[in-house]
Amino acid sequence: MALIHIKDVVKTYDMGAELVHALSGVTIDIQANEYVAIMGPSGSGKSTLMNVIGCLDTPTSGLYEFGGENVGDLDDNQLAEIRNRKIGFVFQTFNLLPRSTALHNVELPLIYAGVPSHERRERAEKALTDVGLGDRMLHKPNELSGGQRQRVAVARALVNNPSIILADEPTGNLDSRTGVEIMQLFSELHAQGNTLILVTHEEEIAEHAHRILRLFDGKVASDEVVANPLTYASQM
Amino acid sequence: MSRIESISTTLQTLRGNRLRSFLTLLSIAIGVFSIIAVMTALGALQNSIEGGLSALGTNTFQVQKYPHNQGGGPGWHARLRNRPDITYAQGLAVVERTQGARYIGLEAWTFGYEVTWRNVRTNPDIAIAGETPDGLPTNQWEIDLGRSLSQSDLDLTRRVVILGADLVRLLFPPSYNPIGETVSLAGTRYKIIGTLKPEGAMFGSRDRHFVIPITTFFEKFGKNRSIHIMVQAESRENFQAVQDQVIGVLRAVRKDRPGEENSFAMFSNESLIREFNEMTATVRLGTMAIAAVALLAAGIGIMNIMLVSVTERTREIGVRKAVGATRRSVIAQFLSEAVVISVLGGLIGILLGLLAGNILAVALEIDPVIELTWIATGIAACCLVGIIFGTYPAWKAANLDPIDALRYE
Repeated sequence: MALIHIKDVVKTYDMGAELVHALSGVTIDIQANEYVAIMGPSGSGKSTLMNVIGCLDTPTSGLYEFGGENVGDLDDNQLAEIRNRKIGFVFQTFNLLPRSTALHNVELPLIYAGVPSHERRERAEKALTDVGLGDRMLHKPNELSGGQRQRVAVARALVNNPSIILADEPTGNLDSRTGVEIMQLFSELHAQGNTLILVTHEEEIAEHAHRILRLFDGKVASDEVVANPLTYASQM
Repeated sequence: MSRIESISTTLQTLRGNRLRSFLTLLSIAIGVFSIIAVMTALGALQNSIEGGLSALGTNTFQVQKYPHNQGGGPGWHARLRNRPDITYAQGLAVVERTQGARYIGLEAWTFGYEVTWRNVRTNPDIAIAGETPDGLPTNQWEIDLGRSLSQSDLDLTRRVVILGADLVRLLFPPSYNPIGETVSLAGTRYKIIGTLKPEGAMFGSRDRHFVIPITTFFEKFGKNRSIHIMVQAESRENFQAVQDQVIGVLRAVRKDRPGEENSFAMFSNESLIREFNEMTATVRLGTMAIAAVALLAAGIGIMNIMLVSVTERTREIGVRKAVGATRRSVIAQFLSEAVVISVLGGLIGILLGLLAGNILAVALEIDPVIELTWIATGIAACCLVGIIFGTYPAWKAANLDPIDALRYE
């Protein structure tokens, strides 16, 4: 069974004067341990699709099953719990708490999961060490470089062992060299068995994924497997 | 998110915004300060009055011409102006005809004399009390050295005096026994027969008394004056009965017509305390009203600052929601922030209020107090203010749409 099962999903926004169809009948299945890039020009509905997949938003109509559970039936608190336990977000603008240390930022999902403090600390330290920031744990975001901030965000996404990692333009605010480093990190995460969904408008970034979904006007325009994804090795 | 967690998050946030947190906290502190300072000062004053009033002993009441509290409303003076003096003869009638009293003291006062002994001279601020022998116990005066007044001192209008403790200290060298010495006052020489034990002070010293027989007093200072009658009942049980008798005797000898009010005033410790409490109740009520307004203003300040904080931290709220914060935990976070600010402010206000109230108490030479009830009330009021004015901002934060919040610039 697919980890993510999306069938005929429609998302309509009421903008007062007119109805905007951000998604008009999207059907996708994503299996565990896939590495999928969602592409499309702006206005194609890719952000809306990501919000729906990330349980930040619910579809207007259609079916969205996450791990066999119908997300449309869930209330606010249950959505929050799914986001907390099953989904790790990585944002273009990092979205770290500016006044908190890297360690505290990574601990955040565990706080809401009710993990006791000593265990929380251990797990956050391990996640930071895994992304190569073992020596920066007590630094605040403004004391870190862009690449390091995004690594903190990745550590935060990973710390609660989510089912999927959802990255929205993760290299958008990074220079190309740092961007490549982050993409290498994603490739490693995928190799370790994680499921990754990447939203981007950059062809080169999407090439790292193993499957590319292209959206156009709120519909899936194409769904293709990448023959030779860019990998850690091929970048060297 | 656990409570401890949200409080530690709160403290972190408050530290991040030191100046703003401090200013907000200050507004609450001022409100609480005003209430605690006034209540502490009043509490100290009340304790002191209750303690100091033992000048009139237990089960003792005093009769005098005019009420103790002269604020009798409009026309008060016109009504009482024509009251006849309470004469010595009327006092003696009370002494003769009242049963069940332990002591009935009669006294007359005059103020502002200087006393000399050899070449030592006091300021002209000495109070002269003409007393009957019973006047000493009803005034709670205890003999330290020598003896008290006797009936024969009165009968023979002897020029003898009992000195208050401060007066002894002013006139004589330390540990000098003044009994038998002669002092002069207003051209008359008095032989010292006794001294009084120190009484302690309320609003300055009361120990500068120059106590002479009431008959001698009349001879030297004139008889044309109103006296005080001080009556100590044998027990609490017959206090009322004794008081009624005295009223009866006085009405009769002063020829008060039936149906008219007494042509004299009476008060006891209890009635003085009651009067004081009535007076301070207004002050307390006023203070509470002002404090309520101050806390309301502070609460609005808190709400304002919390709304600013919610707007500023929209992205943070978005992030928290994205990583799994429920509405409840967001509400808990912002509410605890509001409550922590207001309670911290409250604690500061309480400390400063206790300090100010007690500094006032010390300045008035009365014992400092800590009004626990008002401290508890203050803290409770702060919690309430935090909760009331923190709820809307917290609710607003909790209802932010995570997608919009994450995109907020």
